[in-house]
Amino acid sequence: MPTASETTEPKRTAAAGASGNGGARPVRKAQQGRRKPEFTARRGFLITVFMAPAAIFVAVFTYYPMIAGSQMAFRHWNLSDLTDTSWVGLKNFHDVFADPAWGTVLSNTAIWVFGSIVPQLVIGFALALWLRRRFRFRGLYQALVFFPWAISGFLIGILFRWMFNSEFGVVNDLLQKVGLIDEPVAWLADPKTAMFAVVVANVWYGVTFFTIMILAALQSIPEELYEASALDGAGKVRTLFQITIPYIRVTLALTVLLRIIWIFNFPDLIFGMTGGGPNNETHIVTTWMIKITQQGDYGRASALGLIVVATLLVFATFFLLATREKREVKP
Amino acid sequence: MIGKESTAGRVTKFTFLGLWLLFTVFPLYWITITSLKAPGDIFAFPIAYWPEHFSLENYSGLFGKADFGVYLTNSLIIATVAAAVATVISMLSAYVLARFEFRTKSALLMAALVTQMIPTFIALGPLYLLMTDLKMVDNRLGLILVYIAVCIPFCTVMLRGFFENIPDALEEAAMIDGLSRFGALFRVLLPVMRPGIVAAFIFNFVNCWNELFLSVTLMNSDSNKTVPTALNGFISSFNIDWGSMSAAAVLTILPTMLLFAFASRHIVQGLTAGAVKG
Repeated sequence: MPTASETTEPKRTAAAGASGNGGARPVRKAQQGRRKPEFTARRGFLITVFMAPAAIFVAVFTYYPMIAGSQMAFRHWNLSDLTDTSWVGLKNFHDVFADPAWGTVLSNTAIWVFGSIVPQLVIGFALALWLRRRFRFRGLYQALVFFPWAISGFLIGILFRWMFNSEFGVVNDLLQKVGLIDEPVAWLADPKTAMFAVVVANVWYGVTFFTIMILAALQSIPEELYEASALDGAGKVRTLFQITIPYIRVTLALTVLLRIIWIFNFPDLIFGMTGGGPNNETHIVTTWMIKITQQGDYGRASALGLIVVATLLVFATFFLLATREKREVKP
Repeated sequence: MIGKESTAGRVTKFTFLGLWLLFTVFPLYWITITSLKAPGDIFAFPIAYWPEHFSLENYSGLFGKADFGVYLTNSLIIATVAAAVATVISMLSAYVLARFEFRTKSALLMAALVTQMIPTFIALGPLYLLMTDLKMVDNRLGLILVYIAVCIPFCTVMLRGFFENIPDALEEAAMIDGLSRFGALFRVLLPVMRPGIVAAFIFNFVNCWNELFLSVTLMNSDSNKTVPTALNGFISSFNIDWGSMSAAAVLTILPTMLLFAFASRHIVQGLTAGAVKG
């Protein structure tokens, strides 16, 4: 039996997460039914006034530039010759796909996204399971382990660039001391190891987010479920797959979705660490887009941007559809 | 995984936790140690894990040669104002999205999700032209406005989760007691929401503090640069001055890390309450 100090403290968060939410919805529905007919006009006014600032900001500074930028994708729009901004149809898209480096960029993006998300999810999940139980210095441990999330991707790139430096880098020094390598490795100069190095840096950065999300979701699982499972004689692994994971499925799915979108769309770290090098071998789609922008070809960069948005939209739609049915069954 | 913990389980657990702590903290330790070495010692061999003598030379260089103080001030002003305003605006929209049902609601939430998919670089050109028209290029207010827009979508979704966790009955009671809807919102709801608001503010602050590409595009004069832009300037040349770079990195990381240290509890609750329901 767990002693008092060994049990988790789901009281506060669980109350807010499970009962608070479970209770709030029906109550609200009932009250709205009563309130609605009387204040329809005022409700509409309030909704408009409260939504307006957010909507205006996002429309002006995010959606307008994006839409305006989109039309560049169909035009010749190059800093080398701004007098000619004629309509070129799908030429920019063709140029993107016809680029000999495009295959590398795509496979790098796949390695970057999946190579980062799988370890992040697994390690994040394990940390969350272990951090669930109280232990001495847990607060301090959490505070320390969450730090990477406070640092910019760009700076993390610089940090790891310094550590992976082939001559003065601490990674080589440590690996040699442990005896894993005999002589210094030029991590960032070799395409294979460079891709590995940026993924390591991204895992370092991203585990925190999974830990936080899963930890909080775990705290909403009612203790009785575990007690029942223990009575049934279920082992740890079965409990994990039959209770824990199904219960937090919604959070897991949304976290994975959000993270995949963010990682896909996250040039900062690679930009700081390798700048896409050596010889374009660590470019992902979004750093490739930076490179093309820096070359002044805004038309092609915009085409690439549209490809990113479209890919992510399609992906998110499928993902949400695939996870929807379970979402209604679970809380 | 509640229940009895075996000894083997405990050993695995603490070994793993220990290794992960090492892996997490080491890069931060390493950059700090590097920044405290005398410039010559940084490239000394064998690598010193604990320098023989500490030196603040890298730091003094930052404030002497470069205007790092100016960049820090700029970043501080821009991130604080943008995060505060974005939090307030997001609170309003989150409140509406949590408390009312209306026809455009799911479209608005979808629009918020889509903003996360837009690569900054597709919007940079037109944004630059727009800011030129508004006479806000190379202007701190201009960057603040853009950052507010960047923060709003995620912040709204996050705060919406928080509002949803608070029973309606709380405001109902206040309104029955004679408060207006605004009165109920500000005097009853907001105090309860404080952890969520703190988390949202910190999240916004960290995002603005760390943002690079918009700042590089919109701020060109030296007196208006933010910290990440300055760091980017350090690496644009082929030879990186690792001494100054590591000192600058430490100064850049420190403020957000302090915020995190003070508020890690809030952040756990804040991020989750929002995203779980998002």
